[in-house]
Amino acid sequence: MAQIETELQLLKSEAINMWTLVNSQLNKAREAFLTFDKDLAREVVLKEKRVNGSELKIDRDCENIFALFCPVAIDLRFLLAVLKINSNLERIGDIAEGIAKYVIDAEAPFSKELLEVSRVLPMYEEAVGMLEDTQSAFEKEDTILARGVFKRDDLLDAVNKSSNKVLEAHLKAHPEDTAQALWLISIIRRLERVGDQAKNVAEEIIFYLEAKVLKHSKKFA
Amino acid sequence: MESTVIKSRNFNASFGSNHVVKNVNIDIPRNHVIAVMGPSGCGKTTYLRCINRMHELIPGATCEGEMKLNEEDVYQMHPIFVRLKIGMVFQRPNPFPNLSIYDNVIAGYKLNGIKLPKAERDRIVEHSLTRVALWNEVKDSLNKKGSFLSGGQQQRLCIARAVAMEPEVLLFDEPTSALDPISTSTVEELFHELKVNYTLIIVTHNMQQAARVSDKTAFFFLGELVEYDDTKIMFTNPKDNRTQNYITGRFS
Repeated sequence: MAQIETELQLLKSEAINMWTLVNSQLNKAREAFLTFDKDLAREVVLKEKRVNGSELKIDRDCENIFALFCPVAIDLRFLLAVLKINSNLERIGDIAEGIAKYVIDAEAPFSKELLEVSRVLPMYEEAVGMLEDTQSAFEKEDTILARGVFKRDDLLDAVNKSSNKVLEAHLKAHPEDTAQALWLISIIRRLERVGDQAKNVAEEIIFYLEAKVLKHSKKFA
Repeated sequence: MESTVIKSRNFNASFGSNHVVKNVNIDIPRNHVIAVMGPSGCGKTTYLRCINRMHELIPGATCEGEMKLNEEDVYQMHPIFVRLKIGMVFQRPNPFPNLSIYDNVIAGYKLNGIKLPKAERDRIVEHSLTRVALWNEVKDSLNKKGSFLSGGQQQRLCIARAVAMEPEVLLFDEPTSALDPISTSTVEELFHELKVNYTLIIVTHNMQQAARVSDKTAFFFLGELVEYDDTKIMFTNPKDNRTQNYITGRFS
């Protein structure tokens, strides 16, 4: 096996480990958010340092491979994709940390009715599912699965779009939920960003495998 | 629209029964740098030597098919005239060791019995050495032997010798493989300048060099032209798996 192949396989393993870690962070933040588990939330905040460390390691490894092996064709596309995926994953890690920090600071669990009307929980499920799909697509080199991520973002967009009106209506009846509603809006916006990051990642997987640039284009054309 | 300077159609070349270039079809556009790459024994150097009829100098070597220079069949032209129009630079710098730098540059004229007035010879020498960015380095030592120059300078002298004949096409067979990185870089910069006036076809094993200097790249394998496209496409998204395997170092 050529040395560059060994290096790229190692990098792929590192990227998958980073993905697993970020997925776990996002899932734990959700669990902490749902169960109001402050210890779990603290764990997410602590582990964010590992996400940052992984990001730096992957960046450095990409830089070394560029410098030492002058990759071309699919190897070049793979490296460019991993660099961008790495950056997107790190931002998703930041979002998980942000949600966990809210749980640490919050004084009481979210009102069940507020969670219900805002549809934040199915939105969270979908965001996690999208991220998992991108990981599987990357591991299995499956561009059909990667393309499926674009469609899944519709739910996130719909929840985000309706959130202001829904929460406004809820607050008219329950003005005591105002502080929680403001937090919830912030979490919904963050989850919407997770959906966008997952779509960016899916675009990079397709670029790496098919040499097609889907950025700023209609994904279903 | 860019015009084609070299055109091959169904071109084949052999050494006796060894068929080394198989049915090559290629259009080489004027004022471009074309890199020809492929593993050893793939026929790339043989193809290059067929363009200016150097191949036929080897006993037992044959070729067939069309090879045209500006729509004129190279194999119907006088071989000397072909080599005036299609110059060649080899792997190792090979200035004539007993000739001065000046005489090396105008060697093509002397060896072909073309007599020129002194002023014209001076003009050609200065013009050719300037074209290869060597004039300032050697203008005060034109009477010194070419072999006293450094490797990189000798290679540029050889390019000046080819340029002096005002060819249309310059063929390079691994032109920098015997040079250090600094001389290589100087010669590579030269390629960009030379293509304003000439068409350059470069056989190289150095893929990064092909990527750096060429506009288009041809990949040969087992005598066949597997893929020929813009260099940017060849090095980012080659169409043929054999090309991809070769340039990514996965060739078995």
